[in-house]
Amino acid sequence: MAEHALQTHSKSAEESALPLEYSTEESRLKIFGFWVFLGAEIVLFASLFATYLVLAGRTAGGPTAKELFEVKDFMMETIILLTSSFTCGLGTLALRNRSKGGILFWYVVTLLLGLAFIALEIMEFVHYVGEGATMQRSAFLSGFFTLVGTHGAHVSLGILWMILILIQLVQRGVTAATARRVFIVGLYWHFLDVVWIFIFTLVYLMGVAY
Amino acid sequence: MGFHLPKNFLVTGEPMIVVAEVLSVLTLAGIVFALTYYKKWKWLWDEWLTTVDHKKIGIMYIISSLLMLFRGGIDGLLMRTQLALPNLHVLDAEHYNQIFTAHGTIMIFFMAMPFIFGLMNVAVPLQIGARDVAYPYLNALSFWLFFFGCMLFNISFMIGGAPDAGWTNYTPLAGSDLAPGPGINYYLLSLQISGIGSLMTGINFLVTILKMRAPGMTLMRMPMFTWSVLITSIIIIFAFPVLTVALALLTIDRLFGSHFFTVSGGGEPMMWANLFWIWGHPEVYIVVLPAFGIFSEVISTFARKRLFGYSAMVYSMVVISAVSFLTWVHHFFTMGAGPAVNSFFSVSTMAIAIPTGVKVFNWLFTLYKGRIEFTTPMLWAVGFIPTFLIGGLTGVMLAVAPADYQYHNSYFLISHFHYALVGGAVFGCLAGLYYWWPKMFGFKLDERQGKWAFWLFNIGFNLCFFPQYFVGLMGMTRRMYTYPEGLGWTPYNLISTVGAYMMGVGFIIMVYNILYSIRHGERDLTGDIWNGRTLEWSISSPAPHYNFARIPEVDDLDAWWHMKKRKRKQPWELRPLKPIHMPNNSGRPFIMSAWFFVAGFGLVFEWHWMGIIGLLGVLYCMLKRSFEYDDHHYIQVDEIERTESAAGRA
Ligand code: HEM
Ligand SMILES: [Cu+2]
Repeated sequence: MAEHALQTHSKSAEESALPLEYSTEESRLKIFGFWVFLGAEIVLFASLFATYLVLAGRTAGGPTAKELFEVKDFMMETIILLTSSFTCGLGTLALRNRSKGGILFWYVVTLLLGLAFIALEIMEFVHYVGEGATMQRSAFLSGFFTLVGTHGAHVSLGILWMILILIQLVQRGVTAATARRVFIVGLYWHFLDVVWIFIFTLVYLMGVAY
Repeated sequence: MGFHLPKNFLVTGEPMIVVAEVLSVLTLAGIVFALTYYKKWKWLWDEWLTTVDHKKIGIMYIISSLLMLFRGGIDGLLMRTQLALPNLHVLDAEHYNQIFTAHGTIMIFFMAMPFIFGLMNVAVPLQIGARDVAYPYLNALSFWLFFFGCMLFNISFMIGGAPDAGWTNYTPLAGSDLAPGPGINYYLLSLQISGIGSLMTGINFLVTILKMRAPGMTLMRMPMFTWSVLITSIIIIFAFPVLTVALALLTIDRLFGSHFFTVSGGGEPMMWANLFWIWGHPEVYIVVLPAFGIFSEVISTFARKRLFGYSAMVYSMVVISAVSFLTWVHHFFTMGAGPAVNSFFSVSTMAIAIPTGVKVFNWLFTLYKGRIEFTTPMLWAVGFIPTFLIGGLTGVMLAVAPADYQYHNSYFLISHFHYALVGGAVFGCLAGLYYWWPKMFGFKLDERQGKWAFWLFNIGFNLCFFPQYFVGLMGMTRRMYTYPEGLGWTPYNLISTVGAYMMGVGFIIMVYNILYSIRHGERDLTGDIWNGRTLEWSISSPAPHYNFARIPEVDDLDAWWHMKKRKRKQPWELRPLKPIHMPNNSGRPFIMSAWFFVAGFGLVFEWHWMGIIGLLGVLYCMLKRSFEYDDHHYIQVDEIERTESAAGRA
């Protein structure tokens, strides 16, 4: 066996009981690096949240959170996204069973839910803009659209990425390399879900409460 | 949307700029001609633009930052020329604003940081006994993002007009009301692009150091430079996303009319100051901690002693990095945060002096009773200690919030941070450059010329910045483009300018030294020309592209020093060679960053269509990468054997 540029000090894949996505040194490094990247993403969103919270009351005479947000709408978005995180988890479970069909099925469901979420979000934004609540209207709205929009852009990118990886899964089957990619995109998806929970609480719930 | 050229798209109003434009075009034409004439395009592409070798990437970082040191230095000299005597009009006020903005921005983002990144790339994998960084492809991408971001910034003064709100770019000065036009957009987008690269470098080196150390190298056996890079990487990962957000918010304000920082829409101008400095203060440590690491290496190598107080050094760095996130408000004590807030940040700032003091004492104790050898790198390291003491002490003076009302924005401050940034970070970079030069290129820089450059630069530096403490106390404020006679400032300013030119001469000697030593420099035949202590000196110079033919096993701090002391070979040194798995070169990091440049350029002029095209290009490159599977190859044993024996190693 060849010696890897990424030095292998531990046992090789076959010997160890690691899941497939962790089976090569390269994969372990990439998954670890992705966790670190998510750490940086947390700082990014934290900064956006802080900005939003500073600006939340500054409506400059424009519409307030309470006037804009519809409980029914954002509850719907939340339920859809939370469900998608669950189906994504089932996809990872299928990955552990090395079931290509299972992964495909659950990730496609996740994708569809993600698309539904994005569609609802776009409708929500269009609705606000129709009422004159644009990001140019007030600091509060600038903060709102940027924070929620950044999350939405992340979700959209996640959808695109997931599609690419599913194509590769179909082409190549469940290998160490595709397993890693499926796993990482799953991590990303769960992360976006966690961010949404904060948006749900700090933006929407607090918005309608005060 | 739409395509409309701003008035004066190509800046022609200022004779100096026109000259610079002509020179730039001539240089570019010269480079293109030379590459074509000597048929070097393919070589350039194959060996450099597509490389994923951390050592070559390091070299490219260093070359770029030396160029930027030149560019930023010329800006500095222009400013010093303008200020040499009262009532001069070498520059007008507007031009002066642009120049100090360019100078500050370039020095911090495009000189100091990439210089550090360059040395990190050259030394860290070698110091930890690794064949590469964790993500070689990403490493190349980081470099090219820095490079194209830097280019975007550098064309601003010729195309469209340069930013002029200072390197801190405070709102509302930098908002679209007071600063319409492309200048500030250049600042925002070029820093955004290179900032993404910096974040990825942080992630890359964190993972590299945590996961790719040679067997036996525990955290507390890591060379001090590697430790400093580890801490720096953590700071980068926590600090850079904040900068990303700050830049993005101001970009959205300027391009799309939102109200994050505009009072009229309910926005908060102070938010920029907060976000900027939450990133900005740790940034100081991003450039200065690795310099500390370099000094530690150099001092222990040339004192021929183990570093004194190794673990105290490590812990003090950890403390500095944590506290550095709690001091940002000291940059705007005078902007009305209230006494309680000011007191907290005043105390936290002063607290940093304690771990820093610990480090200084450790260096002194390492020197004590050492067999000191004053090589050029050692001169820079020892020369650093007094300059940094002066910088540090005046820093504590500035940290006293009430006193800051007096010093704030005066030349006292200018002097303080140049003592910290030049006397700390730049001295460190230059020490590292002389120290690792033989490892990078296989020959040593001339020592005699190196010493001339050091003394000229060091004396020039002190002449330049020490008098500024006094003019600062006499009331000269920063960013002043001229001053009247009769205030008693003239002699100080004149001396200061003379010092600046001395530094310039020192820099020229340094460049000459490089050219001279390419032909005449002492060749490094052993790979260990300094009699070093850490693993990078255990392999030939320049290092082969796979670094280590056999991965070493480490059993102590200063691993190579101990290996040299041992008579018998260790078991791992006798193991048979095996094929080595290496990443393939790729042109995509270069191309992808070029698309970022296109997007950035479009957005600078608010040509949104061009921004979109650029971003689609980026997205396409990411898609291609996603579908890439065979991006590795093997180096076979016979090739390793040939390389090793050519370097005189069996
Ligand atoms: C090499 C010789 C250098 C000279 C002669 C020089 C000179 C100057 C001068 C005259 C100013 C403007 C002061 C004012 O009018 O406000 C300035 C500002 C500044 N310099 Fe330097 N400098 C040098 C090196 C450096 C280096 C190496 C760094 C950073 C690593 C640096 C960072 C800065 C910064 C951040 C500012 C503030 C710019 C602003 O106000 O926006 N300088 N320097
Ligand atoms: Cu600070």
